[in-house]
Amino acid sequence: MKRFDYVRPSSIAEAVSAAALPGSAILGAGTNLLDMMKIGSAQPERLVDITRLPGLDGIDWLPDGSVEIGALVRNADLAYDERFARRFPSVAEALLSGASPQLRNAATAGGNVMQHTRCAYFHDLSSACNRRSPGSGCDALNGENRLHAVLGWSEHCIATHPSDFCVPLVALDAVVEIEGHKGRRELALEALHLLPGNTPEVESALMPGELIVALRLPAEAADFASHTRYLKLRERTSYAFAVVSAAAALVVDAGVVQSARLALGGVAAKPWRARRAEDALTGKPASPEAFAEAARLALADAKPSGHNAFKIELARRIVVRALTEAATGTPERTIPLPGSVFTTQAGSNHVA
Amino acid sequence: MSLDAAGNVALPRFGSNAGQPLSRRDGVLKVTGRATYAADNHPNGMLYAVPAVSTIARGRVLALDVAAAKAHPGVVEVMTPDNKPPLAHDPDEKLGRFGLRIEALQDNTVRYVHQPIAVVVADTLEAATEGARLLAPRYEVEDARTGPDNGMRFDAQTVALGSPPRAAHGDLEAGFAAAAHLVESDYETPAQYHNAMEPHAVVASWDGDHLTIDMPNQALAISASAYATYFGIPVENVVLRSPFLGGGFGSKAILNGPQLLGMMAARMLKRPVKLVLTRAQMYGPVGHRGATWQRLRLGVDGGGRLTALHHHSLSATSSFEDFLEPAANASQGLYASPAIVSEHTGLRLDIGTPGPMRAPGEASGSAALESAMDEAAYACGMDPLDFRLANYADTEPGSGKPYSSKALRECYAEGAKRFGWSGRPMEPRQMRDDNGFLVGWGMGTALFGCPQFPASARATLRANGTALVETAGADMGQGAWTALAQIAAESLGLDMDKVEFHSGLSTLPDGGVAGGSGHTGSAGMALRNASHEAIRQLADSATADARSPLFGAGNVGVVARDGRLHRRDDESRSESYADILQRAGRADMVGKADAARDPEDAKRHAMYSHGAVFAEVKVDPDLGQVRVSRMVGAFAAGRIINPKLVRSQYFGGMIWGASFALLEEAVTDRRTGRIMNADLAEYHVAVNADIPEMEAILIPEEDPHVNALGVKGVGEVGITGTVGAIANAVWHATGRRVRRFPIRIEDLI
Ligand SMILES: Cc1cc2nc3c(=O)[nH]c(=O)nc-3n(C[C@H](O)[C@H](O)[C@H](O)COP(=O)(O)OP(=O)(O)OC[C@H]3O[C@@H](n4cnc5c(N)ncnc54)[C@H](O)[C@@H]3O)c2cc1C
Ligand code: SF4
Repeated sequence: MKRFDYVRPSSIAEAVSAAALPGSAILGAGTNLLDMMKIGSAQPERLVDITRLPGLDGIDWLPDGSVEIGALVRNADLAYDERFARRFPSVAEALLSGASPQLRNAATAGGNVMQHTRCAYFHDLSSACNRRSPGSGCDALNGENRLHAVLGWSEHCIATHPSDFCVPLVALDAVVEIEGHKGRRELALEALHLLPGNTPEVESALMPGELIVALRLPAEAADFASHTRYLKLRERTSYAFAVVSAAAALVVDAGVVQSARLALGGVAAKPWRARRAEDALTGKPASPEAFAEAARLALADAKPSGHNAFKIELARRIVVRALTEAATGTPERTIPLPGSVFTTQAGSNHVA
Repeated sequence: MSLDAAGNVALPRFGSNAGQPLSRRDGVLKVTGRATYAADNHPNGMLYAVPAVSTIARGRVLALDVAAAKAHPGVVEVMTPDNKPPLAHDPDEKLGRFGLRIEALQDNTVRYVHQPIAVVVADTLEAATEGARLLAPRYEVEDARTGPDNGMRFDAQTVALGSPPRAAHGDLEAGFAAAAHLVESDYETPAQYHNAMEPHAVVASWDGDHLTIDMPNQALAISASAYATYFGIPVENVVLRSPFLGGGFGSKAILNGPQLLGMMAARMLKRPVKLVLTRAQMYGPVGHRGATWQRLRLGVDGGGRLTALHHHSLSATSSFEDFLEPAANASQGLYASPAIVSEHTGLRLDIGTPGPMRAPGEASGSAALESAMDEAAYACGMDPLDFRLANYADTEPGSGKPYSSKALRECYAEGAKRFGWSGRPMEPRQMRDDNGFLVGWGMGTALFGCPQFPASARATLRANGTALVETAGADMGQGAWTALAQIAAESLGLDMDKVEFHSGLSTLPDGGVAGGSGHTGSAGMALRNASHEAIRQLADSATADARSPLFGAGNVGVVARDGRLHRRDDESRSESYADILQRAGRADMVGKADAARDPEDAKRHAMYSHGAVFAEVKVDPDLGQVRVSRMVGAFAAGRIINPKLVRSQYFGGMIWGASFALLEEAVTDRRTGRIMNADLAEYHVAVNADIPEMEAILIPEEDPHVNALGVKGVGEVGITGTVGAIANAVWHATGRRVRRFPIRIEDLI
């Protein structure tokens, strides 16, 4: 393993200045970063361990009804926070559908949002990868790419963002609170992850040294609590990244959609908000036809980036399913296999 | 146990140590972290070795930046083809049955991805790892051969570890001519990797020309003698310790390059060296289940009876070795057909040499055969179970030999009953559950041979009434230490807690190979014979001694039970082992014995473990996700020494079958030959949530021929049958016949 410095700042200001030095990487729980350092797909000169920073591990309910999730809140702690899970059940469901209990116990909210693509070529140092090594090419493009992007990709990069957590967060208009040497700023989560375009190496809108200190969900996000789901298709029933996933959130009144939120996971380099589909749903009856139309619109611009045309149809279908489930209503209790299609419907008798 | 005058033994079936569902003796050590695996050893002065592995599949290493690696703090040495110590045996030559050609830095050619091309030795693991990275090899790259389109086909001379590549009887063409239905299908199985939880590791220490190695190993005696040959030292100079294995599945029975390199580095530096492969590095030099492309042709007459069965497998192997997955052989020995031909063609690819992986040949071959049988049943309009019964073989097809025992009919009947098979609709897509998921039921027959390897053991009866039994066997987690001790305890007429069991050490009597599902029978027979020899000595001493209550009982014989010998005709006359030894003035009596199958038994009978696996799957009709919701397997494998362990073996086999059917695949980049999912996050094996419900039924079976214990094998039979059962259930649920494994979401939408 390459030698590196390890610093443990005691304040956010210290963290920001250490992180701004060239070659620095912010260390959360390290479930992603340390793996990458072992493989060599990350080779930082300096780790800035933020896990001992005070004040970043709280779930704070603000007077306006919004909730601020500290960047160091562990994935499991957030998912099992009762008040949070009641207001934002699809976020809890997404968290619980990800990784394994051990990983969720460790992983931080900030680290989850900032986790890197799982593209195998990105992590294989012998492969050409524009994201890791700008200008070297993209070996995924004509390679093993059945799980790569179908939306928003460019010929420079076809990777996807793997986070489950981010998908309902983007649907619910989450905001990222950022601290940098110029002070604090805010950004819609939707604007945090960048599509590859000509510069796939620029993965996010964070500037060097900038640190995510919190994620915030606005008060309105809780309006969807009774009609929201996160559904995730995966090759094994648990402990696998999404082939495609969808977060759907509705406000339904007398069978008519008053307001709709929809985002897709596993389809693009960012959690993919489907606004045209949301608009089309608004004011329509919560019907199979409306959901099919929403799915059509959500994937209207999709195109295969390789051997993955099936993902487009699959994404349409999971959108329909997620909307259908959301319209049916959020399950009263956390279901045994969160996010799984095998426990989505009433009467399911799975024992996890 | 009782011993008659001629020394023959009648084994009680009940109430003895054998037959009890005992928990693993080493279980508590393992779950509390106190079991020391190979890599837990840290002899004084130990260095860490890290192999630098190739990133190309074919070509030559032109340059390594040895200077950069050596300059890294902590790096002690870089071992390359230029400075490696000499070996007494050429690694490009085979070495006995389990010694395939290996890569031990013999030259600068690269034959597959992850081949070791240098070894960096350092004071710390981190320094060695970074040193290996700093070598920054430059290569001359040749095009990688990665599949049937660019690999080189060749006529197989052997399959697996030297088995014949072809087995045939009957007239295939006549059979097809007589057929009313012809089913012809192609099946594909991918490369799969063992992924034992414990990686391959070695801690090697040299003292002059004496070598001590800690390594997980399934074939201790064979390995120790192979290492002796490699290093040109007498086998007595090699001590191989393998007390615990974190899984082996065949990959720890075969010699491999990296572990040898660890020993070479230790010899070169005259210091103990530890070498542990990373997960990714296990995808290459330590074997895998080779990919197959199989074709099955089945002829069936109007009554649903096979007239011909032709099974061909194109099996992948490396460019330099010949291990071919013997998949087509799975069609021998199971179904009655006047003509059965199994054939193999080899395919040379730039990959690490495949090797045996749990049910080698049987697993891949059964996946195809059981799918094809299902297709044939449907073509005949017959229920899949009825179809198999119509083709039930009462004697071994081809040879005509009787089976040593075969309770397969009972397996079918009991499995079907517990599963609730009757009432299964013939047509696919007929069943839904309450949630609207498609439900399908499928079944497959399980079959696995019963090898017995030559083995030896020693049983020492001690003056305090306890015993020590010893054999160099291997416990990979299957519970050998427990089952073998049960056999010894029963054979000695002692309770388990009076029997000390030593194993996992190459200097003990050769316990044979823990493989081929033959370990319990092989080492068990040696232990039994050694125990009986010790008891015979004890009986001789007592019955010849006028002071013993057993004096003169030589003609009627004695019974060994509860630590005492009893007169057979008058059980009130008995004497404890301790008393007999004491009076004879002996500290102990030592029985030594070998065991091997009687060649006449082997000639006269066909020997297999059998089973029937029934699977239910649920498939999301829109989204294509599959879940195995239920599995019932009924197996007959002779006498069951420990039902708890055996049930676990069946569960493990069936779970592996589910993994095979739906998940496992090494994804290779066709351009470079690199495996793109060489880690446990992306190479999927089944997790708990994939296996909600399963049942393993133990069908009683007595086998007087397989060996004197009546023990067959249970370790591998569970995978066979299961893969096909699941594929067949997927068809029954969806109407889609997927012939490429694993079955994926996109195959079903
Ligand atoms: C085997 C496995 C399976 C997984 N399966 C899933 C899955 O199914 N679904 C899923 O969503 N995820 C999955 N994950 C990913 C997992 O969710 C992430 O590894 C985890 O959330 C990262 O959190 P962390 O705190 O460990 O981040 P780290 O590894 O510490 O950091 C990850 C990245 O984020 C940056 N970072 C961390 N904190 C901050 C911050 N506050 N501000 C700015 N940058 C920051 C780091 O510099 C680094 O680049 C899986 C991971 C593994 C290893
Ligand atoms: S898809 Fe993106 S991350 Fe993957 S190899 Fe291409 S450039 Fe790199």
